[in-house]
Formats: sequence, C-alpha cells, structure tokens
Amino acid sequence: MRDARWLHPGAWWLWALGMAAAASRTTNPLLLALLIACAALVVHARRPEDPWGRSFAFFLRLGVAVIVIRVAVQLVFGAAVGTTVLADLPGLQFPEWLAGVRLGGAVTLESVLMALYDGMRLATILICVGAANSLASPTRLLKSVPAALYELGVSVVVALTFTPQLVSDVDRLRTSRRLRGRRTSGIRAIAASAVPVLEGALERSVTLAAAMDSRGYGRRGDSTAAQRRTSAALLLGGLVAACVGIYALVSAGSPAVLGLPLLIAGMGAAVAAAALSGRTRLRTRYRPDPWSISEWLVSSAGVAVAVAFTAAAWSGVAGMETSFDPPAWPLLPWQAVLGIALAATPAFTSPPLPVSTSPAGRTLEAREVLA
Amino acid sequence: MIVFNDVTIQYPGQSEPTLSHVDLRIPEGELVLVVGRTGSGKTTLLRAINGLVPHFTGGTLAGDVVVDGRSTRDHPPRELADVVGVVPQDPMSGFVTDTVEDELAYGMECLGLAPDVMRRRVEETLDLLGLVDIRHRALRTLSGGQRQRVAIGAVLAAHPRVLVLDEPTSALDPGAAEEVLAALQRLVHDLGVTVVMAEHRLERVVQYADQVIIVPGAGQPLIQGSPSDVMITAPIAPPVVELGRLAGWSPLPLSVRDARRAAGPLRDLLVGQRPHLRAVPAEVRPLAYARDVSVRYGAHAAVNHVDLGIGTGEIVALMGRNGAGKSTLLNALVGIGPRPSGEVRIAGADPAALDGADLLHSVGLVPQEPGDLLEATTVAEECRSSDRDARCDPGTTRALLALMAPEIEDGIHPRDLSEGQRLLLVLCIILAARPPMLLLDEPTRGLDYPTKARLARVLTDLAEAGHAIVLATHDVELVADIADRVVILAEGEVVADGPTSHVVTSSPMFAPQVAKILSPEGWLTVGQVAHALAHVEDAG
Repeated sequence: MRDARWLHPGAWWLWALGMAAAASRTTNPLLLALLIACAALVVHARRPEDPWGRSFAFFLRLGVAVIVIRVAVQLVFGAAVGTTVLADLPGLQFPEWLAGVRLGGAVTLESVLMALYDGMRLATILICVGAANSLASPTRLLKSVPAALYELGVSVVVALTFTPQLVSDVDRLRTSRRLRGRRTSGIRAIAASAVPVLEGALERSVTLAAAMDSRGYGRRGDSTAAQRRTSAALLLGGLVAACVGIYALVSAGSPAVLGLPLLIAGMGAAVAAAALSGRTRLRTRYRPDPWSISEWLVSSAGVAVAVAFTAAAWSGVAGMETSFDPPAWPLLPWQAVLGIALAATPAFTSPPLPVSTSPAGRTLEAREVLA
Repeated sequence: MIVFNDVTIQYPGQSEPTLSHVDLRIPEGELVLVVGRTGSGKTTLLRAINGLVPHFTGGTLAGDVVVDGRSTRDHPPRELADVVGVVPQDPMSGFVTDTVEDELAYGMECLGLAPDVMRRRVEETLDLLGLVDIRHRALRTLSGGQRQRVAIGAVLAAHPRVLVLDEPTSALDPGAAEEVLAALQRLVHDLGVTVVMAEHRLERVVQYADQVIIVPGAGQPLIQGSPSDVMITAPIAPPVVELGRLAGWSPLPLSVRDARRAAGPLRDLLVGQRPHLRAVPAEVRPLAYARDVSVRYGAHAAVNHVDLGIGTGEIVALMGRNGAGKSTLLNALVGIGPRPSGEVRIAGADPAALDGADLLHSVGLVPQEPGDLLEATTVAEECRSSDRDARCDPGTTRALLALMAPEIEDGIHPRDLSEGQRLLLVLCIILAARPPMLLLDEPTRGLDYPTKARLARVLTDLAEAGHAIVLATHDVELVADIADRVVILAEGEVVADGPTSHVVTSSPMFAPQVAKILSPEGWLTVGQVAHALAHVEDAG
C-alpha cells in the first residue's frame, strides 16, 4: 500500500492537459465519450472533499450546455449541410447582399451531427480542465507557481475564492429580504441585493489585503525593482513563446519548423527567470510538494494519450474523424483506445488521498464541530 | 517595546481627530487590555501599532509610533511583520490559505524563513495552541474557537515580539473563550510575548491583564494603569468589579476567586434575603411551540428532536456552545434555512408558510449581522420602507426609533451608525409590525456595556408589553440580567430547560460572576444584590 499523500498539482494539470490535447484531435463521439468517462473515473477515485473537489459536476453540466448551445446555434443560424432533411423550421429570406446570413430553414441530419461532434469536442476539453480543477485546487497549484509569478498567482486565487463567497452572500441577503417581508425572487429582488453583495465582497477584499500585508506579503527582501521586473517579463515572455511553440507543434495547419525552436527558447527563458527570481526572492516554501515516481506516472499517462491521438490523426488512422456527410457509424481505432486506457491508469497508480479529507474524515469533522 | 510619542490620528472628512496627543509606553512581556466604547478609537489605536493606520486606512498620523526600535513612519505593515502580529476581529476574513497547516506557515513563507525552521515552528505552534488534531482540516470547517486559535497561531508561528488582538473572544462561547485566553496567558508567561488586546467582555479578561488602557473617545486623553487602580473609577466595569465597588471591598477584586475571599461579610449580610425578580406578567398564555423539530444539513442534524414551548411576555435565552444549533433553531422558528421536520406553530400558524407582511405580523428575527437587513441609504428611507413592508401607518418605525434611540438622525447612512445603533434600528424595523414573538441571534456581540444595558431595558419593556422574546446568546451576564428561562442546547438537543436562576447556577460554564461569588444562594446580578442591600438598610 502506497503512502497516502497529495499528488503534485502540476502532475494533475499535465495529465488533464494531455487529455484535452487528445480530445482536440478527434471528432469521434465514441472516443470523446470514452475520454469523458476516463476523466470522471479518475476524478471519482482521487478527488478531495472540498468545494473545489465538488466542482467537477459543474463542469459536466457546463459541457452539456456547450453541446446544446452549439447544436441550437447550428439549427438557427448555420448553413445547411447535406440533404437528409429532418424538419423544416420557419425561416427568414434575406436579400441577396446578405447571402451569408441565414435564419431558420431546413434542418438536416448532417448539420445536426456536425454540430453535435463539434460541441462534444469542445465539451470534452472543458471537462478535462474541470477534472484538473477538482483534482488539484488552484490554491494548491499556487504553491508550485514560480516565485516570479507569485504575486500574479495570488490575485488570481483570491479572485477565485471570492466566487463561492459571493454565492453565500446572495443566500444571506435572500434570507434578510424574507425577514423584512420582501420578495426573495424576481428581478427586483436580485437588483436590490446586488449592491450589498458587491459592497460585502469589496469590504472583504480590503480586509484580506490588510491581513496579508500585516503578515508580510510583498516584503521587498534584497531584490531591486528592476530585477523583479526583468524576471517577471522573462518568465511571462518565455511561457507565451512556449505556448505558441506547442500550438504550432500540435495544430495541423502551422509549420512544425516554427514550433520546436520557439518551444525550446520559451522554456529556456522561463527557466532563466525562475533561477533569477529564486536567487533574489525572499519568499520560501513550506513543505513543497515533491515530484517523484507517482507524479511521473500520472503526467506520462497524460502525455501518452495526447501522443496516441496526435500520431493517429497525423497518420490518418480511420475513425479519428467521423464522417457526418454522409452519416457513418463511428469506428473505434485501437491506437486511440489504448491511449485512453493509459490515461485511466492514474485512478490506480496515483497515491490515495490523506485520510482527513476522505468521506470517513467528514463524519469525524461533523462530530468535532459539535464537540 | 511599543512607544507612542504624541500621536494624533485624524481620518479625512472628520472634524475631530480620532486620537489626539497620545503618549503611551508598553513594556515588553505585558498583557495590555484596551477598553472603551464602540467607536472610541480602540481599533485605530491597535491598528496604529503595526502601521495599518495610516498606511492602509488613509488619514494622517502626527507624532511617532515606534515598535522595537522601528518607526511606522518608514516601515509599512509588511516590513513590521516579523515584530508585530495582528489578529483581525473576524479571523475568517484574514485567512489566506485553505488548510490549518498552510495557514500557520503562510506568514513564515512571506518572511523567507528556512524550510526546516518553518517545519519545526509549525509543529511547535500546533502543540502550543492545541491544534494537532485539526492540522489537515479545511479552515472553513472549523468552529469559532478553533478558527480564533488558528488565527492566533498563524501570526504567532512567525515569532513576533508583539501580538495585537481585536476582540478575540466576542464571538465565542464561554468555553472556547477560556481556551483562547489560556493560550494567550501561556504566550505571555512562557515566551514573554507582549500582548495588546481590545475586548468588550471585561468579565472574561480583566483578571489576566497587567495593564489597562481606557480609550474614552472624542479625543479625550487615555487613562493607563494597573487594572485594580483603573477599575475603581472606570465608567465600564465587569460585574465582579461593580459588586466590589458596591460592597466597598479594598483592594478591588478582579477575579471571582479574589471576590469570593472578600465576600464573607456580604454573604452574611444577605442571609434571609431573596433575589428580587422581574415582575412576571400576570397572565402567561402559550404563544408558540416547536414539537419534535429536527433540522438536517446533509447527514448532520443541527437540531435534533427539539420540543419547546414559549409563552407571551416570556424572555427565553438559548445557550450552548458555538455550533450547538441555536441559530438553526431560531431560523426554523421564522421558516428560513432547510425545512425542519416536526411542527412549528406561532399563534397557530406555520411560519414557513407565511411571507411578506403576514410573516412580519407573527414573528420577527434580528439576525447575527443586523446590517444585512439594511438596504436603503438613509435612516429615514429605511424607516419608510419598513412601514410599507409591514403595511402599518407611515411613521410607525420612525416613532419607535425615536423612543429607543433618540440620538439617531434621519439623514445618516445606516452604515455610519455604530454597531449598537444599527442593532436598535433593525430592532425597530422588526418591531414595526408588532410581532407577538421576537427572536434575536447574538444581540450583544460587539456591544459595549452602556449599549448592552440599553438593549436590556428595551427587551424587558417589550416583554412587559406581552411580546415573547427568544434570544440566542453566549453572554451569561445578559442572560442573568433579563432572561426568565434558559434553554441549553448541545448537539442540537435540549439538555436543560428551566428558570434562569436554577439552570445557570448549576453550571460553572454558564453561571454569571455574581452567582459564582455568592453561591450557593441564587443571586445573579449586581442589581439584585443592591436592591437587597437597600432593603437591609431600610430595615436596619
């Protein structure tokens, strides 16, 4: 039995990004559904019991919404593809000079399928990001952010934590409105509570800023302003270059010649920035997450699925794209399925969670709160 | 350790300085208690120590504040973080991270301590404040006392020489407050930390203080001295001191233990006297009841099979630890929160089925944060909308307010009222519909003694007029003063229900100071003792 511990959040994010990259290479609904199932399996096995851990369900719903919207937009505005007419919506005829614009009209099976596959791909990418979000909360990711980006990271995380806080504020104000015998639903009620909610959020951020300041956040240390600016610029520039490089490498349309040098240069700049800021920064880290064999296993599972999908798409394996005109049954290419099987391994190979956040720990908590 | 040299602090837009010409010297290793009325400038004084005033709040500071040789003039709060630790009033609002252990380490990370030092200090702090069992817990899931201890630990782990606390026990039940104060005591005695603390609940803290600073407000000079000297003339004093003044004890006792030693003659004097109780209304009719009520949050039952009956003209106090289910029970009585199982009836109606003016005319709740109820930009507007909501004659709310808090002006923004004034305004809004039943959740949190006395008078008057009043509170002195009946909740169940004098005197946790000093007789308040003494003198 491996020791229970938190996996390095970076490993989870690499894994999830690999899954997302894989999803972007295919329009095969079977493969996309398998990817979603795989993400759900891993999240179910390794998700911590905190508000972030519960956010996966939200991303699932978001994915469904994306599909519905994509199909609806296609039905109303999209140009009809194919000839298998399912229904005829009342439409508007536009004059000649607006030839590209369409509203309503014939609904064909082909265009519905096209929109469905496209929407599913986008939804799968979103759900993979959601999986990373619930497996490794942004606050934990912050611990591993390079020192040069720390201040930026803090503002992002603080902003993120205020969202759940706002929800509870809205709840409190609904209660207050009931206590004053006023309507608790409807537009006027929402409008009336908007100002106090925002006021509350503002007040809280000022309190938090004061608390952080008095605990030493943003102490100058030995570094000069110029040094700090250089390292931040170097890091941001490097990361942007690396992203462009990765995009050039994996996207079908752009030249791969451009990708590799950009990626290498970007990584180099980022490493230099991290080294520079690491030398002059005052800040230290308490119990940084280690990067060991489990992290390698999890992140390489993500890389594996991305490579499997990209290679299969590149070499034109049948079934990576599913034909919608004419409609055809999706195939299951074995290369991609193998990749997904590898991507599911973190559900077993990653270390189990520390006990305090497992469901058994929750009941203990409830008792302790009372005690 | 801390030196104020002729400090004057003025905020923009105010005609008078909040603090003027303050000279103060606080030596190392002392526990200093700062007392004063709400809005007297206590918090300003505390926040000037690490430079939050004026670096963060704005305003101008004349003079000089020097801490451990560093002036706040050229050291912003972050550069003083290794010397001064500040625990904010609401600990939750100052937490930066998610879990207990990370929060303890955060300050040290900012100061750039070596990882092995941090690791050792986190372990030490966990032990010192008794947080070992909850080290991995999420901060959100902690109880009030645990949060307060984590907040103290989080600043303490960085080993500041000075610890500044703003009302550390005001939101805590008596047990949790004792826990926090014991931890502070240990810091002062074992580590020589200088502690500066503001607190309204003097009865909890005054006996631990080495020095008391009274901030009279309105730019008056501060009074600084040893607690027993300052308390002789202090305008605000805990019951033990008031009893000491009444009985003429010298030296003035500050703790129950000292007072008990001096109380022998007083106890003899009171033999044969009975505490004078509030006149119970001639006719107490049953008004509301909760029958077999349970409220669940997920798997956890916050209120568990509670039976409770309330009659007209009764003042009932709900007591119990933080998280015992007091607020949940009050919410169930006005029909907010998860739908309870069982039966709640107020004058025959289920409050959850009522809304709008019908609800206002049957039951009203003043919540823990009364400010939540206020939406308008002036007091007058707030009163007018209250009349509309309650469908009562225009001017009703304003007339009530004039009766209860005549000093509040029409044009003022509710946000600019003091905490106590805001509470009274909300109370008037709730009372405009004349609900037969009035509920209050922690009404005295953050209130100073004079405001508390005023609230107590208002509540007893309402009870005499036939309103049934239920208040959830940790304030044993208030309960002793006004409650007819005490209901103690634990784990969502009623564990005691009876007349105040019986219930509170039988529990060391909930007994007021006078009861502890004069036990086993049933005396609860200084007022009762004074009344009885006057009687004795008349007879003699």
